[in-house]
Formats: sequence, C-alpha cells, structure tokens
Amino acid sequence: MAEPRIDELTGRETMGHDFDGIEELNNPMPRWWLISFYLLIIWGIGYTIAYPAWPMISGASKGLLGYSTRGEVAADITAHEAANAELVTALLAQDMGEFDPQSDLHRYAAARGGAVFRAQCSQCHGAGAAGGEGYPNLLDNDWLWGGSLKDVAYSIRHGIRNQTDDDARYSEMPAFKDILEAEQIAAIAAFIPTLPQADWESEAGVLFTDNCASCHGDQGTGDRELGAPNLADALWLYGGDQETLVETITYSRFGVMPAWGQRLSEEDVRAVATYVHALGGGE
Amino acid sequence: MPESSTSLYAAREPIFPRRVSGRFRNLKWVIMVVTLGIYYLTPWIRWDRGPNLPDQAVLVDLAGRRFYFFWIEIWPHEFYFVAGLLIMAGLGLFLFTSALGRVWCGYTCPQTVWTDLFILVERWIEGDRNARVKLHHAGWSVRKARLRLTKWIVWALIGLGTGGAWVFYFADAPTLFRDLINLEAAPVAYATIAILTATTFVFGGFMREQVCIYMCPWPRIQGAMMDNDTLTVGYRDWRGEPRGKARDANAGDCVDCMACVNVCPMGIDIRDGQQMECITCALCIDACDDVMDKLGRDRGLIDYLALSDAPREEAGEKPKPIWHHVLRRRTVLYTAIWSLVGFAMVYALFMRPEIEMTVAPVRNPTFVTLSDGSIRNAYELRLRNKHGAERMFGIHVNGDAMWVLGLEGSPYSAVPVAANETLKLRVYVTAPVGSESAQAAETPLRFWVDDLANGERAYKNTIFNGSGS
Repeated sequence: MAEPRIDELTGRETMGHDFDGIEELNNPMPRWWLISFYLLIIWGIGYTIAYPAWPMISGASKGLLGYSTRGEVAADITAHEAANAELVTALLAQDMGEFDPQSDLHRYAAARGGAVFRAQCSQCHGAGAAGGEGYPNLLDNDWLWGGSLKDVAYSIRHGIRNQTDDDARYSEMPAFKDILEAEQIAAIAAFIPTLPQADWESEAGVLFTDNCASCHGDQGTGDRELGAPNLADALWLYGGDQETLVETITYSRFGVMPAWGQRLSEEDVRAVATYVHALGGGE
Repeated sequence: MPESSTSLYAAREPIFPRRVSGRFRNLKWVIMVVTLGIYYLTPWIRWDRGPNLPDQAVLVDLAGRRFYFFWIEIWPHEFYFVAGLLIMAGLGLFLFTSALGRVWCGYTCPQTVWTDLFILVERWIEGDRNARVKLHHAGWSVRKARLRLTKWIVWALIGLGTGGAWVFYFADAPTLFRDLINLEAAPVAYATIAILTATTFVFGGFMREQVCIYMCPWPRIQGAMMDNDTLTVGYRDWRGEPRGKARDANAGDCVDCMACVNVCPMGIDIRDGQQMECITCALCIDACDDVMDKLGRDRGLIDYLALSDAPREEAGEKPKPIWHHVLRRRTVLYTAIWSLVGFAMVYALFMRPEIEMTVAPVRNPTFVTLSDGSIRNAYELRLRNKHGAERMFGIHVNGDAMWVLGLEGSPYSAVPVAANETLKLRVYVTAPVGSESAQAAETPLRFWVDDLANGERAYKNTIFNGSGS
C-alpha cells in the first residue's frame, strides 16, 4: 500500500489506497455527521439496555424499563375492556327479546359476536356461517330449536345433546333398523320428499303416521320443542336424497354441540347470539 | 488541507454571502414575499360551506378524512386527485429543469427561501460579509454573545412561525391559535411545531448549503433532465480569460474581483464551470453585471446561457434565440403530458357524481337456500351522501322481475343517509323457487340508488348467483 500523497489533478490528498491504479481521495466526513454517528451509537447501546434486546440462552434480556409488547397488548385489552364496560353491562341487562338493530349496543354486540364466531364457531359452521353437511346453516330461515334471539342464545349457552350441561337441548331419534324392515324404511324414505302434498292413505303414509309423526308432526313439519326437523321444506341437514334418507332413518343422527356457556362469558354468548341472529336468518 | 490527514472530520467552512442588488436579487425578494405570504396566510382564508362544515378555505381534516380546497372537497376514495397533483408537480419540475436548470432550487425551494430570509436577518444584526467574517474569527466577547443571541432568537421566532403555520392547515386556524396560546391544543400540534421549528432553525441557520449538497436527492436526479440546450448560470470564459487588471489590454473582461464568489450562497466559484453545488440563483450574475457596469463593459460575463451556444459565441456569432432553448422537443413533451394530466383531473373533478354506491356481493357463501327452496343472495352496499344534508336514498334492482329486494333491519326499500356520511348496508335479493335466476349459475343484476329528493341516481352492475353450476 502506498503512502498518502497529493493528487496532482485535484490538489487533494489521497487515502493511500491503490486498487489497480485507482486511488481514493481523502474526503473526510463533516463533523456534525460524525458527532451524530457517535451519539447514535451511544444511544443505541443505551436503548438495548433500557429495552429488551440482547439474546440470552433462554429468551432475551428484559431491559431496565420492564417494557414488553405482551404487556402493552395486555394493557391495551384492559383499556378496551374498561372502555366497553358500560356496553357490556347494558348487554347483560338486555332481556334478548326486542333489540333495535340500529342501536349502538346492537352494533357492539354484533361486532363482538362476529369476532367470537370466527374464533370459536367457524370450525363447524364455516367462516360465512353457511354450515355444511351435519352442521346447520345459520344464514337460512330454518331453525331446529327456534330462531329467536333467546332461542339462539340458549342453544349456544347450553349446547345440543352434550353430556356436560344438564340444560342442554336434548332429543334422540331411534335407529329404525331395530324397529322396521328395510323395505318399510325405503318406503318412508321415498315418501318424505313428496311432503307436504303426500298420499297419506298409502302404506308409506300410514308407516310415517305410526312411526314418525309423534316427533315430526302429523304433516311432517317438525317440532322445535324436540329439535325435530321440518321434513316438508327444501332444506336438509344431512341431505335429502334417497340414499341419505335411508341411512338417516336406519341409523338415526345425533349431532352434538358443546355447551358454550361453560367456555365463554355470558356477554360473549349474548354477543355471538346477536351476531348469528343478525346474519339474515334470525326470527 | 494537510493538517486534516490526522483528523477524521473536516469542519464546515461557513459561507458569508455578500449583499448584492440587481434584477435577479429583486426577483428573489418578490418570490420570497409571495411564497412565504402564501404559506403563512393561506390557513386564515375563510370559506363559507354552510352549517356543520368547516369554514376554512384550505383544510386537511385528518379526523374527518376530508380535504377541503376552496370549493373542492376531496374524499378518501378520491385521493387520486392528490396523486395527480403530485404527478403534475413532478412533471412541472422536469419541465422547468430541462428549460432553465435548477430554477426550482434557486428561487422557490423552501430551503433556499428560508436560508435567504435567515441570511437577511444575519446581515441586519451582524453586518455584511466583512463584518461577519471578522465576527466569526473574533474570540467570544459580550458584543459577540449579544449579536449571536439576538440572531438566534430571531431565527427561532421565524422557525416558530414556520412550524406554527403548518399545523393551521390541519385544524380551524383561529380556534387552534387560541388553544395553542392557552396550552389546550393537542400534544401532536405542539410536537409538530417543535420539530418544524427545530428543523427550520438548524437547516436555515446552520446547515444551509449542506442540506442541498449532502441531504437533498433532487440535485442528483436533475442531471438527467438537463442537456446542452438547458439555460443555466455560466461564465463566458472565452470573454473573461485570461483574467487581469482592468487596465491590462491583453487581459479578458474578468478582473478577478471575486464579486461572484463573495455573493454565492453555496460558496462556489462559477468560473470553474458547471458544478453540482450550483443552485442557479443567479446572484453572481447580478454581482458581475454590477462590476461590468462600473468598468463600462458589456453585461453578461456571467449569464444564463446554454452550453450548446458556447462554440458559436466563441466564434463571434450570435447565440440562438432564447425561445429556441426553451421550446424544445423535450419541453414540449413535458408540457403536453403535464396538460394531459391536468385536463384529466379537471374532467374528473367536474364529472364526479354527488351520490355514489359500491356493491360487494357476499361470497361466503355465494347463495343461501331458504326453507321454501328460494335462493337468496346477500350484498354489502355502501352509500355515500356528499350533499350537505341528510337524504333518503331509494334502492331497487333491475333484471329478473321475480326478484324480491330486502334491506337488513328495515321493512322499506329506502334508507336515510346522514350528511357527508357513508352508510354500510346489507341487502338481500331473493329469487323464488323454480325461477330462472334461481336455477341459473349467474344472472346479471343492476342496483340502482336514487335520491328521493331530487331524483339524482347512480347504478352498479353485479351478478346474482343461482343454484345451477
């Protein structure tokens, strides 16, 4: 490496580096720049001491100020809960009967319920609440156990056919393989899709009246007290084709929903009921 | 500077520009008064927009997400107007740079304007160049401390005014002014004022030309926009060289009086040719013309000139006329694009509707089958009421005559939308069982919204999803 020398062309001093004949002029930094640079280094070290930064064997250094993003989130949540306390009190005081959809309380409940739904309910009922085979569609106007706000809240709070809540909505359809012959089951399965304009005098009509009407009603329109589906409408929870109907009658169905009252707070239950009710199918 | 070989840094050599008078200096004074006047006074212009709307002519209402500019009101979804203005500002800079070099830097750049103002204050308090150089090298004394303190206080006050004026663009100026005085304004207002006061004070008072040389990206880009026909400040070396005494018959016109160097706010010698630091403020032209007048020689030894003219002038011919330099393919093209964007924006401004609607079909799920077998689609409508008063908006659909329309939470097909509000609305369209659109995969559908008061209407096309596939 060559010694620093004065460049002839510019009259400026060089750094003394020589790369294949290319030399670098000595252009020193401005003082303010260097001072800022050093101050930033000092500030940077101080910052890593004050805040969590240095990687340790398990986790990072905690920092002298005791700051953590988790703590900030927790504080944020507490602040929001405090801000919403009044709305939560009002929601708990609601009798869940008449509920003005234009009110702030309804908007709050529906928004909160939407968040709960996406976290807890969408696994079975789908992100858009359209359900699926065996999982009720919450957007339509067909309700097994009732579609009023109170009914929906009750279903959510206590669940359906679970063993954990004594107040759970419960009914059980017998498996008709032990009661009826296969031909009789096939005849009923063929009869059901003809509802409500059906031939009640036919053999299948008599079989239906004898075996099914006690729960599903004389006209097959179902019974919400028992969660017995309306068989005369266009909607099928498990499918309305011949094969599926035979399977349903032969082995029966036993859809279970957990008692969400045991997992969610009462305000969350009410909020998610409000959300589901507002989806377009609520009565 | 041999002593710097042991030092990591080079201390800034302060520049002490001498006072100068002349046509470009006068032009700069006028531009300074006009630009600073616009900046400081604009927020105080009142504009009556009727009740419940701000009566400030220019207001950026961040909380209400509106931008008011005299009679024009910009909503967030119309932000392309701001983008268009930025494009026009950029093209304008290209145009002026290709015709006149760094004319923006020299005359209208805030850094130049405020530095000019700061130098003016400095000259009032500390005297002209020689006095300032002397004061700079003098040791600290009561007098120096007094002068410096006075200067800094005046600078700080100007900085305060600068930062203060900025926040008035974002809130009602008289109210905010009262709140600021009473210490009741928002902390962000004080923080903004503090930051802008500090940057004005430091940039205009201490960093000055360093901002242009080290911080500003614009001079680096400008080189690409200038060519040999661009008019820039230059030195006619064929006329000036060799430099010599005024009496020397063999010497050129330049008497090496250093007037051009002494007045330069960037601290360069224009006679060395084009330099990145030059902001073409033309103060050296004024200074040199003054000297040439005294010597009884022609003006224009330092002048606005184009490099392409140099050989011609050197040969004793007349340079190309100014319009030849200004009107070139490049500048005409820039002007054309600039005008095009401008016309497009004016067109958009006058053609934008008073009521707007967006329609988003709910796609999760695409349709719902109801118990009677009918097919229902849900849509999210956003209705914008840009009138100053609440309006009733009627909603209806065109397409299949059998469709039934339903509004969530309302038994009617009309909804009130508050003044200057956007209403989000869920709307259901149901096709009866067995109908054509219930069985088809997709059917075109048109939503209409009409203002029941004056019949103004707008529509959006979308589709209806049936059970077919």
